[in-house]
Formats: sequence, C-alpha cells, structure tokens
Amino acid sequence: MPPPAPQPNVRVVTLTIDGKDFSARADETVIELCRENKIPIPSLCYMDGLSIWGACRLCLVEVVGQGRLVAACSTRVAEGMNIRTNTERLQRYRRTIVELLFAERNHVCSVCVSNGHCELQWLAQKCGVDHVRVPYRQVRNEVDSSHEMFRLDHNRCILCTRCVRVCDEIEGAHTWDVMGRGSDCRVITDLARPWGESETCTGCGKCVQVCPTGALVKQGTSAGEMVKDQHFLPILARRRHAQ
Amino acid sequence: MTTPATPRITVATAWLDGCSGCHMSFLDMDERLVDLAQKIDIVYSPLVDTKELPEQVDVGILEGSISSESDLHHAKEFRKHCKLLISLGDCAVNGNVPAMRNPFKLADVIDRAYRENVDLQPQLPTVGVPVLFQQVRPIHGCVKVDVFVPGCPPHADAIFYVLNELIEGRTPDPSRVTRFGA
Repeated sequence: MPPPAPQPNVRVVTLTIDGKDFSARADETVIELCRENKIPIPSLCYMDGLSIWGACRLCLVEVVGQGRLVAACSTRVAEGMNIRTNTERLQRYRRTIVELLFAERNHVCSVCVSNGHCELQWLAQKCGVDHVRVPYRQVRNEVDSSHEMFRLDHNRCILCTRCVRVCDEIEGAHTWDVMGRGSDCRVITDLARPWGESETCTGCGKCVQVCPTGALVKQGTSAGEMVKDQHFLPILARRRHAQ
Repeated sequence: MTTPATPRITVATAWLDGCSGCHMSFLDMDERLVDLAQKIDIVYSPLVDTKELPEQVDVGILEGSISSESDLHHAKEFRKHCKLLISLGDCAVNGNVPAMRNPFKLADVIDRAYRENVDLQPQLPTVGVPVLFQQVRPIHGCVKVDVFVPGCPPHADAIFYVLNELIEGRTPDPSRVTRFGA
C-alpha cells in the first residue's frame, strides 16, 4: 500500500495525546503526529517514506474507551480521540516484544558490525530490557555473503520488511520478498537464490541503509563499523509520490 | 587499625565463562576504587587471595555465562551465600560470545577447537578442566539474579553507578547507563 498523496483540502481534527491537546490533518496517522510533536513512540517496521506494514507492534498505543490496543503507524487520527502512548501496560508489552525479538534469533551485539548504530539495540535500552526473561531459541541461521558488496545475516533479521518495501517502492527493483511462515519466515532475494546471483538486484544498497539492525550490511565492515545513512529516503519518497 | 563507623558492604566476585574483561572494567574505575575501598570489602574474587566464599556476603557479582559443571556450582554457591546477586556483562546477562556455540553440537565445537585447527598434538584436554554443558546459559537461566548490568564489557562508569546506588541504598536502573554490547 503506497502512502496516499496529500489531498489539497483535508479536514483538521483535534485530539488528545497523553493529556495534551493537538490538532492534525485528518489524513495523518497517530505515529506521524507523534513524531512531528516529538512524542517518543518506539517502532521498528515503520519508516517515514515507506508504506505501512504494521508488523513489529512496538508502536502500540492505548485509545481511551477502546479495549484493544492499536498500532500508531496504521491508525489514522480522528476527532476527539484520546490517546495514551506510555502507560505501564504499554511499557510492559513493548519490553516483552523486544525480548522476544532477541530470543528468536542470535543478536550478539558485542560482535555485530552494527554495534552502537542499531535500532534494536537502542530500543532495548530505551525500553529497559537489561536481560531476556524467555529462553533463547538457539537456532542456527544462514549468512549470505554471495553479493560482492553486501551481506545478509539472518541471525540479526527481525523481519521488519523495510528492505522489501524500499526495494519495491523506491528502487523499483523488487528483489526482496518474504518466504515461509512462523519461525521459518525469512527475507529472500529473487526466488530464494543467493543474493550474489540475483538478476534483479541493482546493487543500490538502499536495503542495507534502511535495515534497522546488522542483518543487511556492507561487506568488509567489522564490529561497530556499519553506520547507516538513511537521508536519501525522505527525499526520494517525496519526489516519487509527488509524481 | 581503626574500625569503620558503619560496617562495610561485603562484595564477592567470580569469573565464569567470560574473558575477564568485566573484571578489567571493574579495575578501570581507577581512582574511584580508593573511595569505594572505604565503603566495600572485597571478600572473595580473582582480584584478591581468598580461597573460599564466606558464609554470608552482601553483594555477589558474576561475570561470564554458565557453560560447565564448575560454572553452575559457582553460580549456585553465590546465590546461596550472597544477599544480592548481580549479573555483570553480556556473557552473564545473555550468553553473548560463549553462547554462540549453542546452535552447534558440542562434539563438533570441541573437534573444531582441539583437533581440526591444531597442527601439533591435536588432543582433548582432560586434566583439571570441567565438563562442558551442551548448552551455554546466562546466569539467570540457572539461578535467580537480582540486578542485570549488560555491556561487553559494561563501562567502568556503569559499574560504579550500580555499586554506588547500592551503597546509597537505592535500586539501580542499569539501562540508564549501559546496554547490550555497550
């Protein structure tokens, strides 16, 4: 789902977030409004400039009067909404989600090329994850080093699908996809062929830059050296959607 | 010899399956160690000469993960004799590098380390070494842990913060000062 182009005549709604009043364009999502107003909401799959995925569930917020939690990235603002972004329940859920991400694959921060530049590592600290309460799955995941410039380490992938979306929506190559279900789920290039043999990959590296962790990195980087540069995305996304 | 006005907090430390880096980071507190020494007594540690863990210790600090019978024994002893137990560093907190062998069979890991990559006299060490477990676990995978201080290693400032909060009678929040891999 590509983000809709902004409409010229859009209504303005007023709503409450954490007890403060805000006004917003009716076509905005809750997370967009929060980001504009520097209200911190953790997220991993959401990325400004890419379509909405709603997979990581870290941006869950409470809407007063509504029993279920909603994802701030995929919920539009509405007149009179009363939103809470940082309750004890939300903190508990976010913490658990981050812990499950760490337990699912092998994120060994100390020996990761993205150490110190990783959104998952940063979020863990922000959410107060100082240890993981569930047992680690301890499953071996493959590393694909077949591409001459880039490397894919499934051990560090959290399946946010930013790579899939940026490749399809911004680069227009659609090299990436998702294969398998549940714990077998993984990102693939072409029809699950080695990345280096991909006929569609243009080698642009956008997937590497948007990847929040050390799953997609440049070849030749060692621990802590993989600094990502995401400046291209808002610029390209704006131009793409303006057409 | 003067007796301190308030009894000092007794601290025990041990180094299980880790690299000693966390203990090095402890020493990196540098001149702050002089002040700390007025408030704490290190009663058992690789840093001192005591051979036996005292019956009652206020704070136990464990570095490294639990990879062998010996590590498990140490962890249980610490839990039994320490009022408060701290997991210091990523190996203790999440398994870290020692746990990277977990997805492989132990026999394959041992072959790799002691036979495949060895030029002279490939052999398994058998004397004076503990039996390895199939799976490496963080400390809290075996015994209850009270405070977790992640980091590889945790910065000396983080260790000082945690100890100082405990000395002052507060509950430290290590996420304020350190993180996985820090």
